[in-house]
Amino acid sequence: MTFISRRDLLKRAAAVGAAVDVARRLQPSVEGATEGSAAEGSAKAFALDDHAAMAAAREPLENLTATESDLLEAVVARLIPTDANGPGATEARAAHYIDRALGGALASSRQAYTAGLAALDTYSRSSRGKAFTELSTTDQDSVLIDVETGAATGFTGSSAAFFGLVLNHTHQGTFGDPYYGGNANFIGWDLIGYPGIRTMVTAADQQQLEKHALKPNHKSAYDYETFTKAGKNGH
Amino acid sequence: MATRLKDTDVVIIGLGAAGGVAALPLAQAGLEVVGLEAGSWLTRRDFAPDELRNNYRGWPQAVQKANQEIPTSRATASAATGPRGNIHPMQNGVGGTTLHYWAQSWRLNPWDFKVVSETKRRYGASRIPKGSTVEDWPFGYEELEPYYDKIEYEVGISGQAGNINGTIDPRGNPFEAPRKRGYPMPPLRGTAFIETMTTAARTIGWHPFPGPAAINSRTYQNRSACMYHGFCNRGGCHVDAKNSTAVTTIPRAQATGHLKVVTRAHVTSIEVDKNGKMTGVNYLTDGVEYVQPAKVVLLASFTYENSRLLLLSKSAAFPSGLSNNHQQVGRHYFSHHQGAPVSALFPFNLDSWYGLPAQGVAVDNWADDNFDHSSLDFIGGANLWAMSDKRPIGAAGMNTFGRVPGWGSQWKAFIKENSDRSHSSYIQKTTLPYEDNFLDLDPVVKDPLGYPVCRVTAEFKDNERKIAAFSQDKMEQWYREAGAVAVQRAPVGGAMGVSTHAYGGTRMGDNPETNVVDRFGFSHEVPNLGVLGASTMGTSGARNPTLTAQALAWRTAEHLIKNWKALQGTGD
Repeated sequence: MTFISRRDLLKRAAAVGAAVDVARRLQPSVEGATEGSAAEGSAKAFALDDHAAMAAAREPLENLTATESDLLEAVVARLIPTDANGPGATEARAAHYIDRALGGALASSRQAYTAGLAALDTYSRSSRGKAFTELSTTDQDSVLIDVETGAATGFTGSSAAFFGLVLNHTHQGTFGDPYYGGNANFIGWDLIGYPGIRTMVTAADQQQLEKHALKPNHKSAYDYETFTKAGKNGH
Repeated sequence: MATRLKDTDVVIIGLGAAGGVAALPLAQAGLEVVGLEAGSWLTRRDFAPDELRNNYRGWPQAVQKANQEIPTSRATASAATGPRGNIHPMQNGVGGTTLHYWAQSWRLNPWDFKVVSETKRRYGASRIPKGSTVEDWPFGYEELEPYYDKIEYEVGISGQAGNINGTIDPRGNPFEAPRKRGYPMPPLRGTAFIETMTTAARTIGWHPFPGPAAINSRTYQNRSACMYHGFCNRGGCHVDAKNSTAVTTIPRAQATGHLKVVTRAHVTSIEVDKNGKMTGVNYLTDGVEYVQPAKVVLLASFTYENSRLLLLSKSAAFPSGLSNNHQQVGRHYFSHHQGAPVSALFPFNLDSWYGLPAQGVAVDNWADDNFDHSSLDFIGGANLWAMSDKRPIGAAGMNTFGRVPGWGSQWKAFIKENSDRSHSSYIQKTTLPYEDNFLDLDPVVKDPLGYPVCRVTAEFKDNERKIAAFSQDKMEQWYREAGAVAVQRAPVGGAMGVSTHAYGGTRMGDNPETNVVDRFGFSHEVPNLGVLGASTMGTSGARNPTLTAQALAWRTAEHLIKNWKALQGTGD
């Protein structure tokens, strides 16, 4: 694999118009704001640090177009928001997971993303008067509720099917093994308190877990050399 | 032009749970056995603890035969075909689905063998559900007991006996039928939550016990004990503690020098001569055609493929498919009513991240005919099972009990708090065969070779739905006693679909008008053709089929050895 410098990455991103609107994405969520200002403050501080690093490290897209990627990033940011409970799907790089998998294990969904994301944006413009990425988070949520309930028009079949597809893949990209490009920095596993991949869990380990004393080990399955590596894109 | 291979004594089609077991006694008896397996060998290096790959994508096997032949399904003959799955629940590979199954290894109860006569005796003939084609098995539990015992020791089962020669041990299942001796290994270890559920069951007067599993609770046959790492559900074992046939009976059969394992063998049909005698098997490897002549064939390719291969093997002697001159192939199909689970939310962590679906606590008080059905409107029942099995993606997709939306910040806060506080039960219910539930060939959908795939036409009927509702009541009672603060039930019926617990299609029985194979598993119409697997079972009981399928496979093999001259059909 050819080494690509960070500068090249940024140039490529700019060339395809994929520059990330970091400032907009750093808006704390509406729900987060209602859950306590102290927590909100720390979440915001976290997001600023981490997000700057992520934006700089963004790799070229593998399957999605820049427009599709921006839309998908905006959607996953609402499904699992960055908020008082810490980082969400954005920082876990769930959209990056989906982009990569659409060239392999999720290739059969590629067309559904093309059609669904286009329909999402068209519906957003016709019903709310703005592109989805331009809407406030509150309005983005209301559009997504329409999509989730099948009320949004312009989709192939029910919009609910597309919503379910994206939600499932967002879970995979947030809570799956980091080997596949999501769950960056074990964000998803830390969120739900999963203590990590182990190849041996003794009775003593189980008792530690039951005393809340088993520390997360932050390992991927493929950090264990004993396993044959799965294809990163496919099976 | 197909390559004609050297004649052999026995061909086994499919080296999975059943075929992989039958190979051992045959090879030990000195018969020359060729095992044709569509998949390849997989080893512990292939079994990474990877939820995405195991539970959401395919499996690491190179061979995708099963995934290209996923059956279609519909509820009734007049219903539209439902959406087709994209992963077959069973897999190709030496060891078959025992590589990644849950490994729960139950014996059936005596009632399961005598559903018709026992129901008539206790409640009257009118209590047999309308439209059911259920028959008594041609033999009772006592006939199968020695074979259950054989498998428990040859394969290796951990568990707690509840009834040894009539002496009840309260640590085990007091409803189990008498066994001659205990399990070769103690049960898998518990957890604090399993203990909570066990105590709750006792408090309401039930009889909880740890379930039996083909998983080593200690070193057995020089293989490791279980590591409890949490990826057993659709995952292979990285220390060979799961007793798939790939690490137990098949290697031992190979060691005799009488079993030849042929991998990547895609069987397309079974051949017969003009007199209707089976002569051999046709298969493809990487597109090259082979004929494997054999004196006896044992068909062991799982329920859907067993019926499909027979229906595809048409000849002058069997114009509607091999062994189907009585039109019974594909009939008496049913799959376990494993669905309709109950989910519960607890106000404390369950600490269930590391465990396995075979590690848990069972209650049999409401299974089979273990309780009086006089004032009820169904027969049969359910085994209630509370297990320790959780992984991150699945946990994040948890039931939210109507408390929050399915996404967004409220959802995120909810799963942060509760992803280790929810539990879903596994309730296996008696399921009966009915006259209008069946398997046949799909008229439209074909595999890449152009052969029709299997089509499932089956739905759960009143009796199954009533058992489901009844057992959900019991499960809710159990969860509430254990401290659950919210309980939700899944719908109780619908189309059967494609299942890992699929029965019938080549049912076993004395009457050739209603059964494909005889009491030893050999075809009524083709004496040198045997069938192995749950496709021969006429009832399901309320528990996993594998141990019974394996006990039957050993028994069929033993019958073949004892009657070799008569069954091979040459008389020499």
